Amino acid sequence: MRYLPLTGADRQAMLAAIGASSADDLFRDVPVAARRDAPVDLPFHAGEMEVEARFAALAARNMAAGSVPFFLGAGAYRHHVPATVDALIQRGEFLTSYTPYQPEVSQGTLQYLFEFQTQVALITGMEVANASLYDAATACAEAAAMAARVTRRKKVLLSGDLHPHYRSVAASTLQFTDIAVEALDPDPLGLEDLLGRVDSQTACVIVQNPGFFGRLKDLTALAEECHAVGALLVVAVAEPVSLGLVAPPGAMGADIVVAEGQALGNALNFGGPGLGLFATREKYLRQMPGRLVGQTVDADGRRGWVLTLSTREQHIRREKATSNICTNSGLCALAFSIHLSLLGEEGFTGLARLNHARAVTLADKLARLPGVKLLPQSFFNEFALLLPKDAAQVVDALAAKHILGGVPVSRFYPSYPELAEVLLVTATETTSEADMDAFAAALREVLQ
Amino acid sequence: MSIVYFTKDHEWIAVSGDEGVVGITDHAQHALGDLVFVELPEPGRTVAQGGEIAVVESVKAASDVYSPVSGEVVAVNQAAADQPGLINEQPESGGWLYRLRLGNAAELAGLMDRAAYDAFVQGLE
Amino acid sequence: MIPTLSGNQGLQIEEPLIFEQDSPGACGVDLPDAPAIDDRLGGLARQGPIGLPGLAEPTVVRHYTRLSQKNVGIDSVFYPLGSCTMKHNPRLNEKLARLPGLADIHPFQPQGTVQGALELMDTCAHWLKTLTGMPAIAMSPAAGAHGEFCGLMTIRAAVAARGETRTRILVPESAHGTNPASAAACGFTVDPIPATARGRVDLAALKAKLGPDVAALMLTNPNTCGLFEDEILEIAEAIHGAGGYFYCDGANYNAIVGRVRVADLGVDVMHINLHKTFSTPHGGGGPGAGPTVLSAALAPFAPLPAVVHDDQGFRLIEHAAQSGAMPVGRIKGYHGQFGVFVRALAYMMSMGADGLRQASSDAVLNANYLLAELSSDLSASFEGPCMHEALFDDRFLKDSGVSTLDFAKALIDEGFHPMTMYFPLVVHGALLMEPTETESKDTLDRFIATVRGLARRAQDGGAESFKAAPVFTPRRRLDETTAARTPVLRWKPPAS
Repeated sequence: MRYLPLTGADRQAMLAAIGASSADDLFRDVPVAARRDAPVDLPFHAGEMEVEARFAALAARNMAAGSVPFFLGAGAYRHHVPATVDALIQRGEFLTSYTPYQPEVSQGTLQYLFEFQTQVALITGMEVANASLYDAATACAEAAAMAARVTRRKKVLLSGDLHPHYRSVAASTLQFTDIAVEALDPDPLGLEDLLGRVDSQTACVIVQNPGFFGRLKDLTALAEECHAVGALLVVAVAEPVSLGLVAPPGAMGADIVVAEGQALGNALNFGGPGLGLFATREKYLRQMPGRLVGQTVDADGRRGWVLTLSTREQHIRREKATSNICTNSGLCALAFSIHLSLLGEEGFTGLARLNHARAVTLADKLARLPGVKLLPQSFFNEFALLLPKDAAQVVDALAAKHILGGVPVSRFYPSYPELAEVLLVTATETTSEADMDAFAAALREVLQ
Repeated sequence: MSIVYFTKDHEWIAVSGDEGVVGITDHAQHALGDLVFVELPEPGRTVAQGGEIAVVESVKAASDVYSPVSGEVVAVNQAAADQPGLINEQPESGGWLYRLRLGNAAELAGLMDRAAYDAFVQGLE
Repeated sequence: MIPTLSGNQGLQIEEPLIFEQDSPGACGVDLPDAPAIDDRLGGLARQGPIGLPGLAEPTVVRHYTRLSQKNVGIDSVFYPLGSCTMKHNPRLNEKLARLPGLADIHPFQPQGTVQGALELMDTCAHWLKTLTGMPAIAMSPAAGAHGEFCGLMTIRAAVAARGETRTRILVPESAHGTNPASAAACGFTVDPIPATARGRVDLAALKAKLGPDVAALMLTNPNTCGLFEDEILEIAEAIHGAGGYFYCDGANYNAIVGRVRVADLGVDVMHINLHKTFSTPHGGGGPGAGPTVLSAALAPFAPLPAVVHDDQGFRLIEHAAQSGAMPVGRIKGYHGQFGVFVRALAYMMSMGADGLRQASSDAVLNANYLLAELSSDLSASFEGPCMHEALFDDRFLKDSGVSTLDFAKALIDEGFHPMTMYFPLVVHGALLMEPTETESKDTLDRFIATVRGLARRAQDGGAESFKAAPVFTPRRRLDETTAARTPVLRWKPPAS
């Protein structure tokens, strides 16, 4: 077996050194009733060729996004990832290292996380960011819990334009705490009144920008209202590329920003792993969840980096920790950071402009189809359409024509019949003019 | 003149009149190592005897400070919050944490004097 | 030694931050120009620059290559970090995870277009259920701590469904910090239970703590001292007898895969760290995955989504109304750590039922070899046999002036990653060594010789060299006190 270096002779020599008669002898503390003498009922070991063939067969039964015109988003975005990103993250010193607990032999990880924290703070317009959480959905739950600690209040309000998974994860995660979560109805038309619902009991309001239905919002007034009553404004960003073109949450008065970082540097991977970005104001630092890297000096006075402010975390604070999280999404954060380094100021803003231009072009093409209505007036690279037919059926019909034509909102909200005809559509830099025309033509046919 | 009492959780309280000044002992600061952060109570807060009232943190440990007696916080040591190292340098003087108006002076009878505390610490080692 | 002019030392090259290498106008990508359009931003365009540095592709490649050279990984060194299972990460798994049909698929594609992905999740679930003997699994937890949270949520829901109020969780003092933190996040209170002199749960003390308010026992097995809880069947019986559930922390599952099914130990729920036991890369601290196996009693409360199979093919259950059960909701976006499932399944298929069983045997053999060979020079905390990790404490360093930390730092200079230090908390100055099955006898012999030599050096008055260590690393010991007292958590442009 290729991953096991010990030979039969090694095993015999080691057992002799230990003074054990057999490997079984080493398991003598296992109760007899629970020991198994033979392998479980699963296939035996297999060589690389055989395993590769199995996986190739599984992969062949999926329609890869890149193989067809593709228009899905809803929190997971397909961008072109430069070849450099994947080559660098596969360096063994990054890929096969553990959490940087021994800083003298982990300066590589620590320095890129420090750079990552800086990049996240810059693009969100916030003062500090952590070294990442699992994904944006869990980050939303963490933000709500943090807001409750900061404000010593127990009421959390979730916008109807927040990603449905972020909503359900926040609600599920907090269900056994003393925090009450109120989720407003889904809001495809941008009509909800958050301002009127914030009061002196509110710990925070969580909104998304651009919204789940695509709409861009000026959150300044909401931030002011939150602050006037002592609540925090949490802003979620599902598409980080939007931050290259749209005013960042920090500029609108956000107190905590959570975001999904997958779109930069990371493939779709059927939705996981994700990359939870988390940024806030410096004054709330000690209530922040997750790992933090800080700058310091070594014994020779040279600049270096360490994990810091660890007393917030579970391995020290145990049941009083700010979160139970123990890992971050290190390698996804590295991919994000490398991609953003390659883009730089010019590339990041250029990429965002390109995404927006493609989406505007697509929206115009689709909104011209009979019976199709574009719902948001302003958007970034994704928008909701109201179709004259059931959106899920439309998407299935498009898939039969080898077009992945968006995400039907009913997938998330099956119990809201009024959303059955709403379709979310995304365009990125990977969407060609020919893709758009193929989509528009196919949609026209399907809607007839 | 004040009279100093000690707790088994390694706090001290120097009492004069109906007020007491509270801090952590030299033994406590030594066990924690270099302190990096102190969380002090809001003045005006009332606390029961043995209630969690402050937190002192080193790089690798966070330790709750329990109030030696009940009472109302009347002042805190901002210098210690600004420079936690002060607690390492002067744990039982300049590195005090908060001043308290005693709620029940009878509680002092349950605390240790210096000799008893020193013996208690010796017993731990 | 004369310092170099550049500050570099041969292959160790000083590398500034990306922000300090800004070359305005440089860019590492070539994008097409955006076509001219009337923007639809509703007046919400960003004002002013972001402050990201401009770097060409070669600069970026060199930057991250140099950073990587300041790290060690399993690829480069022996990494016996106890309780972390730093085993070899096969590159086949990386290759397969990047197949376009697996990497380039969207979580909300019509399910008919992702039948291979759903089958893969179902197959991965099948392997994990078969290995553990457990009837159900929640695939969505993102990591071990998240799996703990998932399992405790199902317990909390199951207790409520019985119409009971049970708020207390019993956790051994030796537990990982995530255990009490996860319990607190589910609204439970934590009650510690002591260990015996043999490093195992004190069954009598456990029984004394049982009561109608106890929801569960959380126990790591093999435990954090590297020992199998030999009274585990009695422990399970006791907690079940009191109406509570048995949560097994699966962090140390690597010791028993294929040799012991946790179902046969009376376990109700256990998370599995795919990034430990099933060889998916740790990646400098994630992403991992923590699928959680469940007993029939807890299965109805598993969070969504779930993959099911019928004559129509594979299908995702994404809503409670479709599930016919009482799920605790959703604890993670989308469908779990799919990219990690791909790697773990590739590993399991490569190893097979026979190979996985051999791997746990070898992991335990390697740890016992360290325990046997080092017991004369170090101080073993408990009598063997151990399972997959060997625990020592700092009695062998008594009066040497050398601490566990110093000892670990000296190992770095010798070209080894240190063992886990100061954990578990139940022994003084712990040194916890987990060699895993993917280390050769030759590597272990070199490690043993080095550790023995260092122990003798410490005992022979060599403290000074330990205090200075490490000296051959890109940085020497770092000042963590300054980092925490005045946190600098991001780069800022120098004041002009």
